[in-house]
Amino acid sequence: MSGDPVTGTKVMPLAAAIAVHLHDGDTLAIEGFTHLISFAAAHEVIRQRRRGLTLARLTPDLVYDQMVAAGCADRLIFSWLGNPGVGSLHAIRRAIEAGSLAIEEYSHHGMVARYAAGASRLPFFPLRSYDGSDLASVNPAIRRVMSPYDGEEIAVVPPLHPDLAIIHAQRADVTGNVQAWGIVGVQRDAALAAKRVIAVVEELVDESVIRSDPDRTLLPGMVVDAVCVEPWGAHPSFAQGHYDRDNRFYRDWDAISREPAGLQRWLDQWVHGVASRAEYVERLGPDRLASLRPAPRPSGSVDYGSYR
Amino acid sequence: MTPSSDELIIAAAAAELAGVRTVFVGIGLPNAAANLARRTVAPQLELIYEAGVIGARPARLPDSIGDPALVSGAAATLSMRDLFGGFLQGGRIEVGMLGAAQIDRWGNLNTTVIGSYDRPSVRLPGSGGACEIALNARRVMVVMNQSLRSFVDQIDFVTSPGHRRPDGSGGRPSWAGAGPTAVITQLALYHFGLDGEMELAGLQPGVDAAAVDAATGWPMRRAASLALLPRPVEAILAEIRRLVA
Repeated sequence: MSGDPVTGTKVMPLAAAIAVHLHDGDTLAIEGFTHLISFAAAHEVIRQRRRGLTLARLTPDLVYDQMVAAGCADRLIFSWLGNPGVGSLHAIRRAIEAGSLAIEEYSHHGMVARYAAGASRLPFFPLRSYDGSDLASVNPAIRRVMSPYDGEEIAVVPPLHPDLAIIHAQRADVTGNVQAWGIVGVQRDAALAAKRVIAVVEELVDESVIRSDPDRTLLPGMVVDAVCVEPWGAHPSFAQGHYDRDNRFYRDWDAISREPAGLQRWLDQWVHGVASRAEYVERLGPDRLASLRPAPRPSGSVDYGSYR
Repeated sequence: MTPSSDELIIAAAAAELAGVRTVFVGIGLPNAAANLARRTVAPQLELIYEAGVIGARPARLPDSIGDPALVSGAAATLSMRDLFGGFLQGGRIEVGMLGAAQIDRWGNLNTTVIGSYDRPSVRLPGSGGACEIALNARRVMVVMNQSLRSFVDQIDFVTSPGHRRPDGSGGRPSWAGAGPTAVITQLALYHFGLDGEMELAGLQPGVDAAAVDAATGWPMRRAASLALLPRPVEAILAEIRRLVA
């Protein structure tokens, strides 16, 4: 895909990548199932004041609570709406109650299947779910078809084609080959379903590092439009091997987000009040960062062999 | 040590997992119960998390069902397409453990809304993987707190299907698993009759059947025999407190 026509590099500042690839009214998927959630990109979207977005994510999490509070979105597609282990997402709940945020609700497998259909250019994806549930009665996009093979009915969901998917990962090279380990969720299907893909990574590595371990590649460069390097870019979610989930922040968010005024003060301080992710990380401070760094636990390495 | 309501549920649910090999673990009480079971009565138990982790051996009890401690030392990490498709829908999960805000006599579970869907009085998280876990796990164990607000005659929304529709019609699809086979609360253990209706099968320590009836929104049927669940021993209580501290 794209990249600098002379050097071939896809590396660019995150602010530039958002400016080029995300437009008002787009459908955006910042995926990453509890792991590798690109808060850095979400904050940049908020700073650039995008409006009228449709936000898709299995678990809207704090990342979409913040974007909804900032007024970026008017529609939400999801399958589990909460602050994991803590409680409600207050900004999203308020927006739904005020009628300013429309919702389209699935189960996890339904969302997984929507991305899978989108990735593979299928008109729908069948799954064994929803029979006897009320979910299909409140979401007309969940339908049923008859199998041409055994005549039995099965639930189907439509493809999801985000205009832009943003995924966070541990590392990439300049050509956009992206490697991730740990929980990989729906990141590959979400990226393949999308028209454009931004990869935000903890570190940029030489292409030889990627090619030494091809099994670990989540996305090859051919499907990635931009690579942005933002250490700690997934905080307060986590990056396996780099930093832990900041459970304290997830708990603190409940009080921060309970009142609109308090939430706006937080956005003013931590999103609008910093120019970049690097400033946000600096503001977190060395003690907080140190408390989130895990002890090393490296995997063994495998031998792919050298063939002549 | 006097066990709390949650500790009674966690201990009884862990005991029910004795001998089980694969359990799909939800957030909250199921997470604590499954981790307790693996450390006590079911050392062979494979903990499977919807984030795509199989055979988790977490050193700490995670806040979230996606946590780096679930990955380090696990047997496998998979994409969610593989987990929900090949493993759950493929029929490879023995027990699905679910919680709920409401349950009815047929084992239908509500985790979506209290009140109407369009104008709810309480908006709950929704399904997550629960709807397909309820249908595709070979059987389902429900762990939840019991009161007149949670054990209801008329459920507000069916997120995850039990044995029949709330009006008593219908049944489970031919391809589905057995559905809810046990419900564990701070008051009692429930099984389901052949017609799919819940019945009282055991009492938590110090609880009588009248207390169960007073916390149930419909006339609770009795199973043929009534067990008395043991009071959790000190070692189990200590282990629970270590886990959830």
